[in-house]
Amino acid sequence: MSKFTKKKSGELPAVNTASLPDIVFMLLFFFMVVTVLRNNNLLVKNELPKADQVEKLKKDRSVYIFAGKPSARYQDKYGKEGKIQIGDKYTDVSNLKAALTEARAKLLPELQDKVMVALKVDKETNTGLVTDIKQELRDLNMLKLIYITAPGTEIEN
Amino acid sequence: MARRATPEVNAGSMADIAFLLLIFFLVTTTIEKDKGIARQLPPNEEVTDPPIIKQKNLFIVNVNKNDQLLVEDKLMELKDLRQAAIDFLDNGGAPAGSPERCNYCKGKRLPESSDNPDKAVVSVQNHRLTSYKMYISVQNELVAAYNHLRNRESQRLYGWDFTEMKKDLDEANYQGNEEELQTKLENIQKLFPLKLSEAEPKKSGQ
Repeated sequence: MSKFTKKKSGELPAVNTASLPDIVFMLLFFFMVVTVLRNNNLLVKNELPKADQVEKLKKDRSVYIFAGKPSARYQDKYGKEGKIQIGDKYTDVSNLKAALTEARAKLLPELQDKVMVALKVDKETNTGLVTDIKQELRDLNMLKLIYITAPGTEIEN
Repeated sequence: MARRATPEVNAGSMADIAFLLLIFFLVTTTIEKDKGIARQLPPNEEVTDPPIIKQKNLFIVNVNKNDQLLVEDKLMELKDLRQAAIDFLDNGGAPAGSPERCNYCKGKRLPESSDNPDKAVVSVQNHRLTSYKMYISVQNELVAAYNHLRNRESQRLYGWDFTEMKKDLDEANYQGNEEELQTKLENIQKLFPLKLSEAEPKKSGQ
């Protein structure tokens, strides 16, 4: 009978924390894998305009173009006019084609035809610069583009 | 040689080290989610004979260098643009009985506004000095007008929102027949095809 009666031990057993490092390591590896360290060093001011009618960008097939005023620390050297940045350096509208072709060549070969250009343009840039970029894209026959925006809307309620 | 038992390494602080690394990665991680307004540019080729668009089927949005809107020759606030575009697209002004008659339009059917959504073209003209912020806002409002009408039609025909289903399909969240959904989405796109034209921006002084 006394088989079923619990043995009474007054103290609570200590919680076994031996597997805690394993759990933490698992989380650690997860975050290490998903972390993307910023690979573009931004040379331009990049405050995106807001929009809410948005679609998601397919990252594997996109080429990024940044545009905007040079960042504060480069303004002495490059002035305050809007500039285009591809990769890690400033690009002129006239060099845009070469830079874009180069950027496209870095994509997977099977995705190069489906390339999508992601425009990250600062909200205080003039539209003229964007139009120049678009004209070059049309010449290159890279016709899909996406204006990257921040969530929200510009209309104040 | 006397064999000595190697003393066990104390692993008690391993959790602390791992926590430290974990917190570092937690803090530095930015899971980037880039979203934006997608657009297809017109191919760069000479158009031999451009189609003639009637004035009433054109909805002209003009943005000047001070970010002011001129819609159909009237000054307009940005917040009114969406409704104005919806009214224009949904007008369905073709006379009853004609093949161009739009059966699903719920607009005012004014004869001086667009015939049907298929013919209606929105034309945006920017000045080169228009700010990009304004440009995106205008595009956003116009896309919103199209989405509003497409959602209305998909609710009527299939009972779901066009934008939400499209999002599900893009993110591969849709459980069901994807091809069927794709054709349904295309049907709705055909009811309200996105016809947004962008004129070359005017230079100052023109």
